[in-house]
Amino acid sequence: MPKVTYTDHTGESRIVEANVGDSVMETAVRSGVPGIVAECGGSLSCATCHVYVDEAGLASLPPRAEMEDEMLWGTAEDRRDNSRLSCQLRVTDGCDLRVTTPATQV
Amino acid sequence: MADGLLIIGSSQAGVSLATSLRALGYDDPITLLGDENHRPYQRPALSKEWLQGEITNESLMFRTHDYWVEHRIDVVKNERIIRIEKRDDGSGVAHSLSGARFAFDRLALGVGARPRRLLLDGVDLPGVLYLRNADDALELKARVPDVRDVVVIGGGFIGIEAAASLNRMGRRVTLLEAATRLVPRAVGEETSAYLLDHHRAAGIDVVLEAGVRRIVPRGDRVGGVELSDGRVVAADLVLVGVGVIPNTELAESIGLVCDNGVRVDECALASDGVTVAVGDCANLPNPVPGAPQGDRVRFESVNNAIEQAKVAAYAITGRREEYARIPWFWSNQGDVKLQIAGLSTGHDRTLVRGDAERGKHSVLYYRGDRVLAADCINHPLDFMAVRNALSKGLSIPYDAAADPSVSLKSVTVDPTALVGAD
Ligand SMILES: Cc1cc2nc3c(=O)[nH]c(=O)nc-3n(C[C@H](O)[C@H](O)[C@H](O)COP(=O)(O)OP(=O)(O)OC[C@H]3O[C@@H](n4cnc5c(N)ncnc54)[C@H](O)[C@@H]3O)c2cc1C
Ligand code: FES
Repeated sequence: MPKVTYTDHTGESRIVEANVGDSVMETAVRSGVPGIVAECGGSLSCATCHVYVDEAGLASLPPRAEMEDEMLWGTAEDRRDNSRLSCQLRVTDGCDLRVTTPATQV
Repeated sequence: MADGLLIIGSSQAGVSLATSLRALGYDDPITLLGDENHRPYQRPALSKEWLQGEITNESLMFRTHDYWVEHRIDVVKNERIIRIEKRDDGSGVAHSLSGARFAFDRLALGVGARPRRLLLDGVDLPGVLYLRNADDALELKARVPDVRDVVVIGGGFIGIEAAASLNRMGRRVTLLEAATRLVPRAVGEETSAYLLDHHRAAGIDVVLEAGVRRIVPRGDRVGGVELSDGRVVAADLVLVGVGVIPNTELAESIGLVCDNGVRVDECALASDGVTVAVGDCANLPNPVPGAPQGDRVRFESVNNAIEQAKVAAYAITGRREEYARIPWFWSNQGDVKLQIAGLSTGHDRTLVRGDAERGKHSVLYYRGDRVLAADCINHPLDFMAVRNALSKGLSIPYDAAADPSVSLKSVTVDPTALVGAD
């Protein structure tokens, strides 16, 4: 099964088994991983699902669409080059993605 | 404390309350009870992505089964509470339609709202639907393949969203709105006008100032909608979205003060001082900092359900945290992504920025030089900037914002610093 590793701002990690096709956001929220709020449930409207993607996984992801890019200019914790909205990231077969959650989403 | 907290209503507000409580370390038993025969799920996509088949049922679920078990939240489905006995200390017993009893030390109401029903001839015909919950949505989706003509009654958010989805799904859609513009209660005139043009151009036949006289049968099912001018609009399916009524009957039966919702204070406490009420069923003091004293509101939004549930969770754990936040809302309508930050009530001027031709613009609402709110259409940059400014008590001067080439973030200023500089 593909998996996603979520590390919070204090460095604590949780590995969650994920279903292919689910978003990195849903995978976290459904099993109660703290650090991702996802108020809008993945509708690309809230920017409270912000994550920093580990360099190793970054290249495998499709680039940000315009809307995601604009939303990222307003996240609670400032964006970096590896910032993504996790509701826009799909889990793929065999993926082993690592992301870090910001200290705050709102 | 053996019985713990009973939350009636296991939707956005109830789920947010239960999860917030566990996040705060609340250790007593939690029963999260609802009358629907589904695991707790999110509603917004029912009129949008889910209806159009873009996301699965599983994507609607709030949490996995394992989450509820691990966090000792007892999720009870398919039980409708019809009677509550409550003692002065806030504890009591709730009785369900099936005869089950649920004892509680403390009670929370997240019972939401129900669609306002039309009272007209023909509304009971098969094919006249409402859209509030998963069963409604499943029925709607199941009927779509056999339908060509759809009439949506009500040009509020849910009506427009469903109309836009059904239009995209290739149905012939007529949208009837009684007022002179779309979503009259929630957006300003500029936004209403844009939505009207956009949805008409997308192929929806929008009729404003539409009076509906009756639903016309064809055989034993719905065939059309007769307007007050006598015209009949053909319909194989009629979707009614004319607003909701808060579910206050249980609260009233235990003596809680209700007035367009269960009246609660800044901490989500009802008039008995111990029962909490959260989400669409609650009538609360306007949480916007600086709102007029005594002003009360009832929201129908995910953001409010989540934020109010947080203060309710604090109240239940014995910490007094007042609800003070900037409300926000979203509505996806076909190609339109509308995001609203703040409340525009009391504005005296508006400012339109961006490129309305390309459908990427925002309407900012000001009172004097103070920005109160913004409707942003396909313009997340402005939405995020206004929401952040309002949340931090910062201001975006009107004249600076009027220059479409500047980013709102770059002209956001601290009003207290401005006073100091004078
Ligand atoms: C189609 C649709 C689209 C929406 N889109 C958006 C959107 O884009 N953005 C946004 O912010 N908001 C949106 N909303 C609004 C949002 O979903 C609501 O604000 C939110 O669901 C309110 O949550 P709640 O828990 O207060 O109430 P509800 O969701 O109404 O839930 C109340 C629950 O309590 C149950 N219940 C009631 N009485 C009893 C009883 N006596 N015993 C047991 N159970 C009972 C009900 O059956 C229901 O399950 C949308 C709503 C709908 C219906
Ligand atoms: S969940 Fe709201 S933008 Fe990702």
